[in-house]
Amino acid sequence: MFKGLTNVAAARVWHGTMPVQYLYTAGVAGERFFQTLRRKGVFAVTTCAECQVTYLPPRLYCERCFADLSEAWAEVAPSGRVHTYTVVHEDQDGRPLDPPQVVAFVRIDGTSGGLIGRLLHLRPQDVQVEMPVDAVLAPPRRRRGSMDDIAGFAPRRVLPRRPTP
Amino acid sequence: MKRKPTRRVAVIGAGLSLFMRRALDTGKELAYYAASQALQTAGIRLKDIQAVVMATAPDAFDGVHMKGEWLLDGAGGVGKPYLRAYVGGGSGVFSIISGWMMVASGVFDLVLVVAEEKMSSCQPHPQGAFLTIFDHIIERPLGPNLLWIFSLEQQRYMAAYGIRNEDIALVSVKNKHNALAHPAAQVAAQLTVKDILDSDVVAWPVHRLMVSPISDGAAAVVLASEQVARRLSDRPIWIQGVGWCLDTSYWGNRDLAYPRYVEKAAWMAYEMAGVTEPRKQIHVAEPYDPFAYKELHHLEGLQLADRGQAPEDLARGRFDRTGELPSCPSGGLMGVGNPIAAAGLMKVCELFWQLRREAGARQVPGNPERGVAQAWGDLMQIGTVAVLGVR
Amino acid sequence: MARTRAKPAIARAQAPPYVPLRGHPLNEEEFRGQVGSTAWAPRLEYAWDAGVAISRFLDGLRQGKIYGVRCRRCGRTVTPPRAFCELDFKPMDEWVELLDTGTINTFSICYVTWDMKPLRVPQIPAVIEIDGTSPRVGFLHLVGGVRGRTVTEIRRQVRAGLPVRAVWKPPAKREGAITDILYFEPVRKRTKK
Repeated sequence: MFKGLTNVAAARVWHGTMPVQYLYTAGVAGERFFQTLRRKGVFAVTTCAECQVTYLPPRLYCERCFADLSEAWAEVAPSGRVHTYTVVHEDQDGRPLDPPQVVAFVRIDGTSGGLIGRLLHLRPQDVQVEMPVDAVLAPPRRRRGSMDDIAGFAPRRVLPRRPTP
Repeated sequence: MKRKPTRRVAVIGAGLSLFMRRALDTGKELAYYAASQALQTAGIRLKDIQAVVMATAPDAFDGVHMKGEWLLDGAGGVGKPYLRAYVGGGSGVFSIISGWMMVASGVFDLVLVVAEEKMSSCQPHPQGAFLTIFDHIIERPLGPNLLWIFSLEQQRYMAAYGIRNEDIALVSVKNKHNALAHPAAQVAAQLTVKDILDSDVVAWPVHRLMVSPISDGAAAVVLASEQVARRLSDRPIWIQGVGWCLDTSYWGNRDLAYPRYVEKAAWMAYEMAGVTEPRKQIHVAEPYDPFAYKELHHLEGLQLADRGQAPEDLARGRFDRTGELPSCPSGGLMGVGNPIAAAGLMKVCELFWQLRREAGARQVPGNPERGVAQAWGDLMQIGTVAVLGVR
Repeated sequence: MARTRAKPAIARAQAPPYVPLRGHPLNEEEFRGQVGSTAWAPRLEYAWDAGVAISRFLDGLRQGKIYGVRCRRCGRTVTPPRAFCELDFKPMDEWVELLDTGTINTFSICYVTWDMKPLRVPQIPAVIEIDGTSPRVGFLHLVGGVRGRTVTEIRRQVRAGLPVRAVWKPPAKREGAITDILYFEPVRKRTKK
């Protein structure tokens, strides 16, 4: 059809990039969540009384009824139950992970939400859905107010929950 | 536009967040501020809303892939039919066009339209994302930046009609002044033409103060079918006509002095609205002003000024808030700010308040009965137009 | 932490939406350091296929030629070449070798980079209407061979409507890219090819 180019080898490919980087703020609710985690080692949550939903990560508003939750804060202990988990055998670049990592979605007690985190001090074959776990936090002085403050989650019987400072 | 839609659609509520250079708030939170305010002013609750439209420009600005979906909960779209409307800078007005289609078609009676942008996340400058609108093979190797297309278009406009930069700087003066009365405003100021032309030349003929800022912000409106609007609102503002049109993507193959695609979009909207003499029948305008000259360019495309004559009309005060045809009484993108999609929808919000005569310190005099809002974007190729009126 | 921006109460009270608007503006310092933020530097790399028409266009540039294509239906001759006429939806397969001269449709004098760093020597981007195409048809390129750095100096030498000629890289250094044309320089008299 196109007489202009019959030799496929002459077709060109052009290489390029999109030069972008990002700096994300945590938001009003996110900022409070991380500062509370850093200072007190607990999770800040918001609750919509009408819909009976407790948001974790916290939100400024109820996504169901649009109630303003900016004054509806509470704090919960950083503990919960394994809702589901996966065993990761390769890293992002396809290199084997030895030992494999166990990554879980942990439902946090007293909330309608949860967090993703690594399961620590646990062999993959010992993980059970619904097993109780506690967050393992960085020592208070080393916390920076970010997700890295949560090293992971460990079974409750192995690492009894410390009283929050 | 050959056929009139059978169902009429009204705007019954409007809301905004602050427009800011850098917000602590996430995009979701900004969307919530605007959306919840729009619902409040409409006197309805989220459960009354049947479908949601979200307008937001490239994912690369917020740095969130599929950000339409990510913004869902802040826009009130959870568990509802949800549509992301996206035509670059034209998205803000395109969002209300999309919402209009949902209601005019008879599918829904109450639709929430939200527009959000959080450009501050993009480092070192949102232009890193903008750059990719240039053709990657035959333009990007030349090292372009976004200012080029605007400065090239402005220069062609000036050369074609013998316009002076002083005439164009007046747009910045007018809009930054108008924005002093806008509570969302990010860059309102009382300045002179000299101040504008004394600011740095970034890309001649464009000076720094002829460029709208980088912004974070959100806007929202509630749309209702006629029956529902009459029940819920004593002063619904009707969407009388909508239009949009895209010109060729080969922007170097176009007449840069005149936005023909805006004219086509405008006539589509005017015909639907029964407007035959725009200059008499349009009482207030909110044309898109991301750069100072753009407002003039668009006033001409909207048939509200003769080609090349908008600068002269501006100089004699025709477009002042108290002038014969107030243009950007909100303060526009040059004064209120430019969170891309939200800026376009902010213009629709302004018409809503102006036509309800609720605009307070920003109110245009007389009894404006019909207004036009317009946005522009993609690769300098789309015009999106909405005509709103009191009946 | 962020503060709510102090706005003149008068604007809030006298202008819609008549309620305090929400949002927490940050200044640069707060944004960079005082609030918890997460940085991400993705590596976004692409390999774009040039396609039939642009591949041949690039090949022409390597040979020092500017190609266009003609639509048999509407008769337009355009560059950059494309495989089909976007107005008629017909193949554009009649190739035309254009001159390497043209006219400045519009130009700018740009003093900043894309990330807003100042440029001491400005770039002069321009839309060049290439001779031999239909009216108002051209592409983005740069103007060069101009003395001076100020707006005044450059505007003395460059204007819309000015005839220009391509200045090519030496043949050995060409790579089949738009940058095989270094820039377009003003010509006093148009030469015929």
